Amino acid sequence: MSAFDKKDFKLLAEYKFEPKAVHRGYAMRSLHVDVGTKKATQKSVSEDMKKRFTGGKGFGLKLLWDATKPSTTWNDPENEIVIAMGPICGNTNYPGSGKSLVVSLSPMTGVPIDSNVGGYFGPYLKFGGWDALEIQGKAAVETIVFIDSNAGIVRFYEAPAALQQDTHLLAEELTHAFATDEGTPDAKDLQSVSVVSAGRGADHSPMGLLNFSLYDKRRQGIRVKQAGRGGIGRVLRDKKIRALVCRFSGVHQNLNDAADPAAVQRIGLKLHREIIVNDDKQCKMRKQGTAHLMEVMNDYDLLPTKNHKYGQDPKGPEIASWVWEKLFSQKLPDGCWYGCTMACAHAVDHFLLETGPYKGTKVCVDGPEYESAAGLGSNLYVYDPHGILELNFYCDTYGIDTISFGTMCSFLMECWEHGVLNKDRTDGIDLSWGNWQGAVQVLHDMADGKRFGVLAGKGVKFLAEYFAKEYGADAQFMKDIALHGKGLEQSEYISKESLAQQGGYYLTNKGPQHDEAWLIFMDMVNNRIPSFENKAEALHYFPMFRTWFGLQGLCKLPWNDVEPADNAKHPEPNKVPEHVQNYYELYSAITGESLDWDGLIRQSERVYNFQRAFNVRQGRGQRKDDYPPYRAMGPVLEDEYLAREERYDKQMKEKIGIDPAGKSVAEKVRITREFRLKQYDSLIDAVFKRRGWTGDGCPTPEHLKAIGMDLPEVLEVVNARIAGRA
Amino acid sequence: MIKYLKLHDDKCVGCLNCVATCSRMYFKEEVPAKARIQVFPVAPGSHHLVACDQECRLCVAECPVQAITVNAKGVVMINKGLCVGCLACVAVCPIGAMRYYPGESTPFKCIACGACVKTCPANALELAEKEDSPASRMPFEVAEAVRKQEGK
Ligand code: SF4
Ligand code: SF4
Repeated sequence: MSAFDKKDFKLLAEYKFEPKAVHRGYAMRSLHVDVGTKKATQKSVSEDMKKRFTGGKGFGLKLLWDATKPSTTWNDPENEIVIAMGPICGNTNYPGSGKSLVVSLSPMTGVPIDSNVGGYFGPYLKFGGWDALEIQGKAAVETIVFIDSNAGIVRFYEAPAALQQDTHLLAEELTHAFATDEGTPDAKDLQSVSVVSAGRGADHSPMGLLNFSLYDKRRQGIRVKQAGRGGIGRVLRDKKIRALVCRFSGVHQNLNDAADPAAVQRIGLKLHREIIVNDDKQCKMRKQGTAHLMEVMNDYDLLPTKNHKYGQDPKGPEIASWVWEKLFSQKLPDGCWYGCTMACAHAVDHFLLETGPYKGTKVCVDGPEYESAAGLGSNLYVYDPHGILELNFYCDTYGIDTISFGTMCSFLMECWEHGVLNKDRTDGIDLSWGNWQGAVQVLHDMADGKRFGVLAGKGVKFLAEYFAKEYGADAQFMKDIALHGKGLEQSEYISKESLAQQGGYYLTNKGPQHDEAWLIFMDMVNNRIPSFENKAEALHYFPMFRTWFGLQGLCKLPWNDVEPADNAKHPEPNKVPEHVQNYYELYSAITGESLDWDGLIRQSERVYNFQRAFNVRQGRGQRKDDYPPYRAMGPVLEDEYLAREERYDKQMKEKIGIDPAGKSVAEKVRITREFRLKQYDSLIDAVFKRRGWTGDGCPTPEHLKAIGMDLPEVLEVVNARIAGRA
Repeated sequence: MIKYLKLHDDKCVGCLNCVATCSRMYFKEEVPAKARIQVFPVAPGSHHLVACDQECRLCVAECPVQAITVNAKGVVMINKGLCVGCLACVAVCPIGAMRYYPGESTPFKCIACGACVKTCPANALELAEKEDSPASRMPFEVAEAVRKQEGK
């Protein structure tokens, strides 16, 4: 790898701003960067914007709405990538407080995507006095945007021709080049830089992601966390941006200028202690990260296996949590921001690659997290941890979302099984179940821009239609097994046996990602929300509650991946009430404004409904956009039914009221299907009603008024839809 | 070798001279909660002393910015310039020897300076040395050092 100096970067333009200290969690201004005109400008954040949109994802969506039109598509120059932080972001006391929220019009769905990501970029940006960064325009040359948060400088550089493209090398080069103005950087200098980049995969595939880096002092190397979903990396590359670089040094305990810094310490320390004492008995996040879920999901028939056809396999234990615990380097403070003692950002060090352009080199693999291990593992019928790690590494460095890639690849493999694909159609790649070498070849071909790789990279929505049209595959079958909503691939939990989770996935604003609601245990295992009204209540409360993390710059994991020892004594343990209290107290301690549980939900409701209205404005946000493919709802195939015949027969008898005896499997599949589709329709009715939406899924003006989101431009959009004008 | 403050609970008379000295030494004021040594009454006439034993080093492993290191004398030191005030070290300390004061941005701990030793009327405090314990080494750092040495 060649080393670069700042001199190697051709300066294209420079702007200087007065550095601004954060006050009570807010800087009250945002930075707008246009890479086309190479201009940087500042905008002030109004009190009204703060009140209605709170921050983070709220600010991101508001800025994106203002910057785009109803006709804007993802690759129009006016589409933006907005990175916004939120008032709690950047505090070092409360675990999970370093998240950035990224929004953009998604190349996969056409509507706003939002992604919650760790790494140091967001906090460093915020401490330069910016609540958000908007990136607009399209550059003429490969561009680097550099933000010096200490000096208030924004520079546009042209990337030198020899600069790397794939993240693990690119971020390393940029971190070293930008760590100091002159001279060799020391560890502290390197730690003051964070890079946002994608990779060659994102040049070709809409499932491109953004890597947010952090410099790991102990490993003396770069780590990356991903804003994975919805293709924001593709937008970055479409704008010809090679990377965004932010530098800040001088992080300390109260850079947010909290109203009550001692309270921030007290609340934070309480959770630190809870994590240190309880984690080993609970989720083992500190040792295994989210990979602790592997065997739990396999045991409960929830671990996606063969394109979500099954939820379990006897081979499950081969990729169980204890396997990952051994592979992850232990006893390291693997937080994705300072002070996260949950420390789930584990890595496999000195991993020897066996394929691709970096074959034979030893690398640090970030992860795998649960979603990656499931999506690139069991769902592809890959039970070789090496294969999973190889796929995980290349997805990251090429800038490809592991979830979309995993779900897409499992779709390809099922197509292979059914003869829809063969070596002629895959350019020689064998996509039999479990063949990770085949899967990783698809990934290499994607990065190299080769035909099949590029085709596969378009995602399952496209592929299902393409295979039906070009290869004569059964169109309905293709539709049934292409696991996506609105164009976004589903993440890695089996939702078939939980109606509430089908809603949790598909009655979402951005598409089937589990960050809005995870209700499977409540619904299926513990049967705590039996009626449609119960489910609708949960599908109101949890998405609203979880939206709040994104408004604040918080991570969801420390909310319920560790619990107070006496959590079960509460009437609603699923909400982890003591932690909710931590959150509104923390918000008050930082911002100086009072907040309670209801107020917290109200902040989210405003932004959630705004996002829905945004979808409506882009011509979407209709009931028809919110249906799952049938694989997410029930058994598509006869052998799929037979594998769980007892369960399905019992349901037919008890729930549907039809005696399965003497019926053919085909008939039973049909009866189950009709019943489940009807159930889902009733669920939509109940949920939309509870959320204050019309039967078609449009927020009503009355509801917008009640929650304080009755802005004229929003009312105009919903009124037009309701009157049938849009 | 590790230099540390050896504590003799059985000799302590509970006068709090050490606490006052330590607080004055590092905070220029006498606030018992700001002392790096703590004296807890456990029963009439009986006390328990708490200060870092410089040995477990859990805080060294936990600090996200490597602000906590072990110096040449084996003493665990905090570099305030690097510290980001997260208090992870406070949480992880098994004996409550890593301390913080509400509103102060960085934590503090006993660094075996010995200032208190001279003011103790009962010889309950002593600056002592002990063998470095292998159990206190961080596995990752050791593995990295070995790897580097072998030039891998
Ligand atoms: S729990 Fe994990 S993902 Fe969340 S902030 Fe901590 S280290 Fe990052
Ligand atoms: S409070 Fe300071 S010394 Fe302690 S763990 Fe955090 S950064 Fe390190």
